[in-house]
Amino acid sequence: MLRLEKLEKRYRTGDLALKSVDLEVPDGQIMALIGPSGAGKSTLIRCINRLVEPTGGKVSLSGLELTGLGAGQLRRARRRMGMIFQEYALVERLTVMENVLSGRLGYVGFWRSYFRKFPQSDVDEAFRLLGRVGLDHMVDKRADELSGGQRQRVGICRALAQDPELLLVDEPTASLDPKTSRQIMRLVCELCKERGLSAIINIHDVMLAQMFAERIVGLKLGEIVYDGPPDGLTADVLTEIYGEEDWEATIRKVEDEGEEDGEALDAALKHDHQAAILDRDRMAGNT
Amino acid sequence: MPVRDAGTARVWQRRERAQQLAIWACYLLAGMTFVLCWNLVSEKTIWAFVWDAHNQAGDLAARMVPPRWDYMEQLWWPIWDTLNIATLGTFMALVFAVPVAFFAARNTTPSRFLLRPIALFFIVSSRSINSLIWALMLVANLGPGVLAGIIAIGLRSIGFCAKLLYEAIEEIDEGQVEAIRATGASGPQVLAYGVLPQIMPAFAGITVFRWDINIRESTVLGLVGAGGIGLQLNASITNLAWTQVSLILLVIIATVVVSEWISAKIRHAII
Repeated sequence: MLRLEKLEKRYRTGDLALKSVDLEVPDGQIMALIGPSGAGKSTLIRCINRLVEPTGGKVSLSGLELTGLGAGQLRRARRRMGMIFQEYALVERLTVMENVLSGRLGYVGFWRSYFRKFPQSDVDEAFRLLGRVGLDHMVDKRADELSGGQRQRVGICRALAQDPELLLVDEPTASLDPKTSRQIMRLVCELCKERGLSAIINIHDVMLAQMFAERIVGLKLGEIVYDGPPDGLTADVLTEIYGEEDWEATIRKVEDEGEEDGEALDAALKHDHQAAILDRDRMAGNT
Repeated sequence: MPVRDAGTARVWQRRERAQQLAIWACYLLAGMTFVLCWNLVSEKTIWAFVWDAHNQAGDLAARMVPPRWDYMEQLWWPIWDTLNIATLGTFMALVFAVPVAFFAARNTTPSRFLLRPIALFFIVSSRSINSLIWALMLVANLGPGVLAGIIAIGLRSIGFCAKLLYEAIEEIDEGQVEAIRATGASGPQVLAYGVLPQIMPAFAGITVFRWDINIRESTVLGLVGAGGIGLQLNASITNLAWTQVSLILLVIIATVVVSEWISAKIRHAII
């Protein structure tokens, strides 16, 4: 269980990026964080693993308070939180295998990692993960030779190599085409289910968020303005989050999507929340 | 405002009138300064010598050919020394330049207010003194010989390599570093996985480039007694043995061409 209490971040420029955010993410929940650019989505996610240092409030993961940990303890705590990035953030000049194994850096000493002498169990796990995402034939390719979708899959493997209990996912699809975006989102959600991970997914594509997440949190100017199921995102709610705009098209598009995929999303929407998720997954070709 | 109403149409000009006049005034000033300087130089020049220069040059050239080819057997060792001075000097420079660069780069320095200024000061002082001057001082301290040459080349190169390297470090993609940090990696691991792979091409390029420069610089170090082929050059000039001088110049050109070729090959292979 991840718990944020009165989390606050004020940048040195004086901008208040997060205003006393309270949030709880139970184990195994996939939560999408939506909101306009500059709402503080990236800041929120980075305050959790303290890539950005929060200026107030508390973050705790399974009872361990992350804010206030010393440098060494923080490094150990970071191993439990895998992160996936918008621009993949793979080390471009390293191979796919090295990138995946870099997820194990927190567990391996400096010289072992420097000479690439990772324990065999780590290498086995890396092969297993790469096989799972369909990249086991690209182990020796350099990361900059891969396509966007392939890179993001390597990024996912790196995060999972940490054996985390929580995934922090920052705009995973922003640099990808619509089809690849769906595949990546589906993969992230599948892997979370398989391993019982909870995830916070920053995403600005409302449709994708509705398709894949069990819970949606809307952030606006550093404050939570919506917290609820995906089908609660009405035009009014979207206006509240993003501002005045004609939202009918966005909402209807989700329904069209369902029809195209041969599944009735409308029907799914009428079910209770949990069932809706399962149907959505099936619609997204998850089964 | 470059836009001005002229009755019916709005006239656009690149600059305002006052600004344009100021620019012209600057050009005029520059032209006048040039004329003035030319005048000063001209007054201090003995033109009789200059008008005679082509005769002198022709005379010198005539005395330089043909090069004394059999002198070559005395040049093999000095040229080997020259290559060693350049290579070992570059190596020594890198050993010091790498840590200095990490201290100097804004994004990797351990302390922005103490170590970074010190590292920057090292870089500036090393760069501002030519290797020939370093060699002069070192020969006075260490005595003449190859060692003084190596250290002179090394000292001069530390600043050069460290400056280019720290600029490369500051230009890396922070996203990759952040990603490695997020895995729970320790500080040294973040450097080894997040930073090092990104600066390797720059590092290799800088090394080869500096080695190439050092070969050229080490050919003249002998002029002040710091070993290498410059010693022979100096001796030949003072003995007015112009046929030897021409041979030495040819050897230097050949060495530089070869080093240039090698460094181009290496750079291609790495980048």
